[in-house]
Amino acid sequence: MITIENLRKSYGKLQVLKDVSVSFGEGRVVSVIGPNGSGKTTMGKCILGMVLPDAGDIKIGGQSILRQHAYRSQIGYMPQIGRYPENMKIRQVIQMIRDIRKDAPVVDEELIGLYGLKEMYEKRMGALSGGTKQKVSAALAFMFNPQILILDEPTAGLDPISAEILKCKILKEKKKGKLILITSHIMSEVEEVADEVICLVDGQLKFHETIASIKAHTNEERLSKAIAKIMNEED
Amino acid sequence: MNKILKYVFYDIIRNKIVLAYTLFLLLLSIGLFNLGGNPDKAILSLLNLVLLTVPLISIVFATTHFYNSYEFMELLVAQPINRKKIFLSEYLGVAGSLSGAFVLGVGMPVLLFGASLTGLYLLLTGIFITFIFVAMAFLASVITRDKAKGIGIALLLWFYFALIYDGIVLFILYTFSDYPLENATLALTALNPVDLGRIIVLLNLDVSALMGYTGALYKSILGSLWSVVLAFGLLLLWVLVPFVSSRRIFSRRDL
Repeated sequence: MITIENLRKSYGKLQVLKDVSVSFGEGRVVSVIGPNGSGKTTMGKCILGMVLPDAGDIKIGGQSILRQHAYRSQIGYMPQIGRYPENMKIRQVIQMIRDIRKDAPVVDEELIGLYGLKEMYEKRMGALSGGTKQKVSAALAFMFNPQILILDEPTAGLDPISAEILKCKILKEKKKGKLILITSHIMSEVEEVADEVICLVDGQLKFHETIASIKAHTNEERLSKAIAKIMNEED
Repeated sequence: MNKILKYVFYDIIRNKIVLAYTLFLLLLSIGLFNLGGNPDKAILSLLNLVLLTVPLISIVFATTHFYNSYEFMELLVAQPINRKKIFLSEYLGVAGSLSGAFVLGVGMPVLLFGASLTGLYLLLTGIFITFIFVAMAFLASVITRDKAKGIGIALLLWFYFALIYDGIVLFILYTFSDYPLENATLALTALNPVDLGRIIVLLNLDVSALMGYTGALYKSILGSLWSVVLAFGLLLLWVLVPFVSSRRIFSRRDL
């Protein structure tokens, strides 16, 4: 569904992505892992067109998306740190995005309900805690039934119950045949929801395998140990 | 695009600065018209004040607004909207509401106390100056991510166009006063929208004598309707150049 070809990006002298080529199919939950600063977020932002790559191509359904914008109706994005206009209320933000996406056929309000956002509708975005902002981000990402979801450390600021709700939602959407990209540092969580793992180190693709095959060829029961083993082996 | 524009307007209107700006202009214009007695004189004083304050307020307000709307724009670029549309909406929202304030604050008193062709030119000039300085403010804002730096650049631009430039022109005129400078001065004027606006209005007031021999010169070259059209065309160019270049930078940068 998404094909990334020889993607390169640098911020000034710092090369963040060095020739990354990878492809993801539908109905999969792919977890993007890697040390801090290895280019995970940048890759996600490149797919969204928020960051413009220096070289390479990104295709969704065979079509290059560089310099396009209409394809974003197919993507739901949950940023690592959601930044919202501070003096808008939750209700206004949600209404505004809905207003902009009026042509979306389905509106999924499940997360708004489960997170009890309606009770907080009149709160200003600037007054919200980091976790509540994350909930708003999650609700917005899933709202228009997108075919692709890009979740950047989705559970990082959430309490355990809210994180559990999100994980259930992810698995539910996966069953509908969606492609879900998750960056995460929590291996237990990756193990719970993901089918495949891609690992970026220093802007290069280290490996892209299914969780089962990683466990099989490292002879480890737990994913975190398996990953640690692979990392240490190559050093 | 209209939807985005709606939210930009909404955001600006809730912010009381534009309202205060309208009141300030209103008080200023009514005061000046009631002071002088002669509407032409009042328009002249108004012109000088407008050409000093409108660029300053436009450029500072637009720059701070741009940086404060960063989150808003970040939210929108992840949606299926063209970045150029987001940028255009922001621009029209800011320039539109500031011009609206100007039309209300200066236009109404002019209409009441001194409705004339000169008054109309003053209004048009003010609107153009607003659009020009908002475009420059956006250019300053897309060049750097640092808010303090952006406002610094914006203020420098204002200093340059409102104050320093005239000094440079005077210096050139004085140094090269032995040479025929008619066309050179004309070209120099075209390079500063504030001067351009000033001359459009001044030439329609009967005060060219106040400007000495250059005034007489301008009157002979710029006095006709055709040249007023040319001057407004130049002002339009002053809107388009910074706007198009800042939009280009904005649509090619990382957010």
